[in-house]
Amino acid sequence: MRAFATLLERLAFTPARNAKLRLLRHYLEATPDPDRGFALAALTGDLKLRTVTPGLLRGLMVERVDGQLFALSYDFVGDLAETIALLWNSDRDQDVPLHQAVALLSETGKAGLPAAIAAMLDRLGPSQRLAFLKLATGNMRVGLSARMARMALAEMGAPDVAAIEEIWHGLTPPYEPLFHWIAGGTRPEHAAKAPFRPVMLSTPVDLDQLRAFDPADYVAEWKWDGIRVQAINDAGTRRLYSRTGEDISDSFPDLIEALNFDGALDGELLVRRGDDVAVFGDLQKRLGRKQVGRGMLDSHPAGMRVYDAMIWQGRDLRDLPLAERRAVLEGADFGSDRIDLSPLLDFATWDDLAALRADPPAPVIEGVMIKRRDSAYVGGRPRGPWFKWKRDPHVVDAVLLYAQRGHGKRSGFYSDFTFGLWDGNQLVPVGKAYFGFTDEELRELDRFVRNNTVERFGPVRSVAPKLVLEVAFEGLNASGRHKSGVAMRFPRISRIRWDKPVSEADHLSTLKAMIA
Amino acid sequence: MRADQILHPTPAGLYCPPGDFHIDPIRPVSRALITHGHGDHARSGHGAVMATRQTLDIMAIRYGEDFAGKIQAADGPVRIGDTTVSFHPAGHILGSAQIAVQPDAGPKIVVSGDYCRHPNPVSAPYEPVPCDIFVTEATFGLPVFKHPDPAQEMARLLASMAEFPERPHLIGAYALGKAQRLIMLARAAGLDGPIAIHGALQRLCDYHVAQGIDLGPLVPATADKVDAQLVIAPPSAFASAWVQRFRDPVIGFASGWMAVRARARQRGVELPLVISDHVDWPQVTQTITELAPQEVWITHGAEDGLLRWCEIQGIPARPLRLVGYEDEPE
Repeated sequence: MRAFATLLERLAFTPARNAKLRLLRHYLEATPDPDRGFALAALTGDLKLRTVTPGLLRGLMVERVDGQLFALSYDFVGDLAETIALLWNSDRDQDVPLHQAVALLSETGKAGLPAAIAAMLDRLGPSQRLAFLKLATGNMRVGLSARMARMALAEMGAPDVAAIEEIWHGLTPPYEPLFHWIAGGTRPEHAAKAPFRPVMLSTPVDLDQLRAFDPADYVAEWKWDGIRVQAINDAGTRRLYSRTGEDISDSFPDLIEALNFDGALDGELLVRRGDDVAVFGDLQKRLGRKQVGRGMLDSHPAGMRVYDAMIWQGRDLRDLPLAERRAVLEGADFGSDRIDLSPLLDFATWDDLAALRADPPAPVIEGVMIKRRDSAYVGGRPRGPWFKWKRDPHVVDAVLLYAQRGHGKRSGFYSDFTFGLWDGNQLVPVGKAYFGFTDEELRELDRFVRNNTVERFGPVRSVAPKLVLEVAFEGLNASGRHKSGVAMRFPRISRIRWDKPVSEADHLSTLKAMIA
Repeated sequence: MRADQILHPTPAGLYCPPGDFHIDPIRPVSRALITHGHGDHARSGHGAVMATRQTLDIMAIRYGEDFAGKIQAADGPVRIGDTTVSFHPAGHILGSAQIAVQPDAGPKIVVSGDYCRHPNPVSAPYEPVPCDIFVTEATFGLPVFKHPDPAQEMARLLASMAEFPERPHLIGAYALGKAQRLIMLARAAGLDGPIAIHGALQRLCDYHVAQGIDLGPLVPATADKVDAQLVIAPPSAFASAWVQRFRDPVIGFASGWMAVRARARQRGVELPLVISDHVDWPQVTQTITELAPQEVWITHGAEDGLLRWCEIQGIPARPLRLVGYEDEPE
């Protein structure tokens, strides 16, 4: 578990995605089975262990450390597992195999758990103790998604990410057949029903680029602003996957119940109230919940708008042209009024389509999708068959208030910017942006921050409110967590307005009026 | 004479009336005894300064030759007023000392300054000095601080350099003491190629070499192209544009505080290295147990934790709540 502990620590402090991938790949290459599989499952959240409560852990400390010293320590460290890992009094540091720790946490009965945990802590050094306690409390927080874990696996051998995603949900920890396959062995059979299939993605386009193509070769439909999903009913096994292959079935029991068909459909997950499709902010309230209450199911009912079919009634349609897949969908019965087909748009020229895009019938529409009639369904992001032509972003003119130093390639540069808008005669922070500018502009912004610093707080500086930034964003949600009451989606700096006086920056009320 | 008539806190720092001197004063005074060369303990502008030869040299490097009206190197017991004063190694940095004050009448007091009991190639080892009153720091005065073997931390740095060979590793370390210790740890771990140092470290590194501490090949990290994967710089350099010359660096920091994740995150560090020149919890409690003083006075740091420990042990202890000393000097 020593290597696992080191990995967790490095991942927790490493911000860059590529560096994280490398750390994980090196770990997986150097660690034997079954430990590497258990580590992978722990990181992706697929390891089901007995959950150890904070109360149990505190109980262990009461017997061992003076209460006042414990309280002072916890207050300083700020994290219970970390405090205990540091305080535990043992000079031993055995390299205990991870599978032993996993076995302890999955097989020990409730009554024996405290003593078993204490005995394990006695064998470990501080960094392994922390890893073990994080495992026990089910709280890794190292900023590694399951998608990234699969990318690291794909870097280890021949199978690519799409191939790994396709079988991922049929596998269970410690994934020995998967590692065997990656090392050049045979591909594991689909062990589970309703596997995830790699999703076909589009590339951005604009009107000038579209003019090179014949509109007659394409169909178009609205781009719905929800979450792209894959909904499957495979002989009674129902699953809902995100486009990166995360199984999100548990968060949407209402939609799962409505999957009364036989097939695998590609579409958009949306909150729907009758014929109305709600804005993204409503859907967001349903995301990331492991348990959904009755009230939420009633007030924010989930539905799906279907774009495409991968499998329908036992037949794999992916090699057929889009027009034929669409014909199958037109005649299909989805078995529930929560699910319907995304309608096609009527257009003869690109200018027709531009006019439709400019005036969509609902705020939940974020542009148009343009797809070649003869396109097969290909996982990944092939260039050409499918385009997204998003609506123009919203923009506001905001004032730079704080800047924070970046990491990795941006080390030493102030590259994360907090900006604000006027609220009366005060500037209130409304968001943070860290991209949208060129390298040259980054150097200019960095210079501005250094020359206009008012105060320093560690890696953060407050700057004199002198510079207006044009901030582009995709949408707005009401937010109780932000002081301003709004949260922007995908904010980025679209222009630096060196020319514009701060007094002419926008007001918070302008922004609030944009909330759909 | 009562203990607090021999030594007590004043706004300028710890003052000894029978000897008419201050120890590590934070304001200019007529007579100062100085434990070590870190900026918060050793300041310029005093009338007369007594310190170890090395501390005096370090002060001259930092503040110029005229940093005090008069200087005197500590060498064996010295009479000052109605006291006898002696300096003893503290194991903290080059030249660091504890100051023992023996009044003609009254208890013997040892002011330990900052001290450390881990082996440290850049400092003479800490020497236990029996005393009636032990004055200790409590920088890491909580039981969560058990500093790991520094060689193990250096191994983590070298592992990262091997894992990311294309990325320069920039490690923040205080210019006096920590930087040189880090270099010596790297040498002991087998890194014998050039190590780059920020310009602010140059003269202090030169002084260590002159004192017989072989730091190996060092190159300046000031040029546009720095020819070393390991670069050591003072923490202040990381906020300056100096960092921008390095492509995709791994930023590390060597400090006892790095043992706590929240502290490492606050610094925006990618590679926290737990390397400290201060006593950790086991060392400070072991030292007090060994010396068995009648009373413990705590100068600065996390005194609440250490006070509680003394209370449990039945050792009379009190905080001096001295201001002006940093957690770890910049």
